[in-house]
Amino acid sequence: MPWLWGLRPSPPLFRYGPSVREKSFSEKLFMIDNLQPAIELENVTVMFGPRKALHEVTGSFAPGSLTAVAGPNGAGKSTLLKVIAGVIKPAHGQVRYCRKCAGKIAYLPQTSSIKRDFPVSALHVVCSAFWPELGNMGSISAEHRKKALGALSEVGMEGFETRRISELSGGQFQRLLFARLMLQDARIILLDEPFSAVDAETTAKLIQILLRWHKEGRTIICVLHDLMMIKKYFPESFLLAGKCLGRGHTHALFQQKLLSFDLDMAELIEPETESKPESGKTSAWTGQ
Amino acid sequence: MTLSELLVDPFSHYAFMRRALAACVVLSLGGAPLGVFMTLRRMTLAGDAISHAILPGIATAFVISGLSLWPMVFGGLLAGLAVAAAAFWLTRFTQLKEDATLTLFYLLSLAIGVAIVSSKGGNVNLLHLLFGNILAVNGEAMLLITGAACVSLFGIAVFYRWFVIEGFDPDFLQAAEPHAFLGGMVFYFLLMLDLVAAFQALGTLMALGLVILPAIAARFWSRNIDFILPLSVFFAIAASAAGLLVSFHTGTPSGSTVVLAAGIISLLSACCGPYSSVLSYFLGRQ
Repeated sequence: MPWLWGLRPSPPLFRYGPSVREKSFSEKLFMIDNLQPAIELENVTVMFGPRKALHEVTGSFAPGSLTAVAGPNGAGKSTLLKVIAGVIKPAHGQVRYCRKCAGKIAYLPQTSSIKRDFPVSALHVVCSAFWPELGNMGSISAEHRKKALGALSEVGMEGFETRRISELSGGQFQRLLFARLMLQDARIILLDEPFSAVDAETTAKLIQILLRWHKEGRTIICVLHDLMMIKKYFPESFLLAGKCLGRGHTHALFQQKLLSFDLDMAELIEPETESKPESGKTSAWTGQ
Repeated sequence: MTLSELLVDPFSHYAFMRRALAACVVLSLGGAPLGVFMTLRRMTLAGDAISHAILPGIATAFVISGLSLWPMVFGGLLAGLAVAAAAFWLTRFTQLKEDATLTLFYLLSLAIGVAIVSSKGGNVNLLHLLFGNILAVNGEAMLLITGAACVSLFGIAVFYRWFVIEGFDPDFLQAAEPHAFLGGMVFYFLLMLDLVAAFQALGTLMALGLVILPAIAARFWSRNIDFILPLSVFFAIAASAAGLLVSFHTGTPSGSTVVLAAGIISLLSACCGPYSSVLSYFLGRQ
């Protein structure tokens, strides 16, 4: 009865007793689960035609957490982000947001889903962050412009505002998208492979921005392939291969060998048993 | 033959030429900006399919009530909507990709339309429906074309930001806007309205001529969508005037000559426009 926990006199004391000792992992997990999560997934299933992209994924993301979503290709990582962002509606199950976060979600799509040959300038792209505020007809004021230019200079892109997006390099374009995220000022930030096709120097800068957002208490979920980076910067991980294989502290997942450097990501794909389509044609994840 | 005889007299002496020019200019104003968004959204093929899809509706209206305008408009819009919906569902629920479903439907609707018209009227009527007759645009048709152009210009003005953001980053818009599907529906509706209007002048087979071709041309001359839109209108009007004049002096069919002129402008732009053209490729610029 989670709604009663608030009425109990300090439940952690009651539960753990007075002795000061290092809390075990499961106790910490219990404490995290005690807080109302920023995002809660319940049995989320997504279908693409006959193919299941996500199968009954359940899990939660604590407010202010910095989570990496890892998994093999075709594991449904991008789909998971899209479901959370509200781009895709799940076939079954539901996604709940905490009251503070609802509607304040910023989403960075995969760069490949953005049409780079569209004839607009960098400033246009950054200003699209004002969409929820201005909508279709609101005019961009001098103040909006100033904010947009400020965000651009914060990611080191001052002087680029009139450049066409087709003229920007991959790293510059990614920085531009980070500037847009910055302007959206959202409680929940979803990033889909933000460091692909970005050089090491830019990655380091973008990571600093990410950590600053984390410090500001925003909930960040980031799809990543680089296990090194996950281990170094991301306290929480969410392991996905069609369904949730494991979630929690990154170091615990490494200890459990769920994540490890000599692990071939494809090994994560378990032989499908219960989630196999009834027609028995192909497994949705492996295509075999 | 002086220059004024060549360029001005056809319009000043003949009312049907003036009327045709006016119809083309209005069509260009409403259609060419839509064409720019179509090329940017990579849905030129979808536009082609819709322009043919309106034929069965128009043909049915023609069989029921003859060559009267408003039943044809209504039938055309209805058929276009039906085909767009059917193509969407078929793409969604089968393994067919969008291009295959669109091609399927446009061939199907072309065949149905031709069959319906041929069963009642002769070849003259069929030719009129397929290729239009720009020199025979009457007052009623002019009213329809002007109305459609006004609606589509107004729609683009209101939904401009929506179309642009949806164009380069559809996922972002879907995350930020709860009613994101609305933009696509408005766009389809404007396009269909414009095609039904253009069908009066250019027929179902070439209704897209003044929509897509000037837009293709304009993209080679600028990288700023704020310039590309007016530029496409300018190219469309230029192609209309040139096509009408050439057809007047040489006796070629006017509708197809206008589309031919637009096509030549597009090809010339693709060869020697300043951006991403053949010329810029060989000069070593992007």
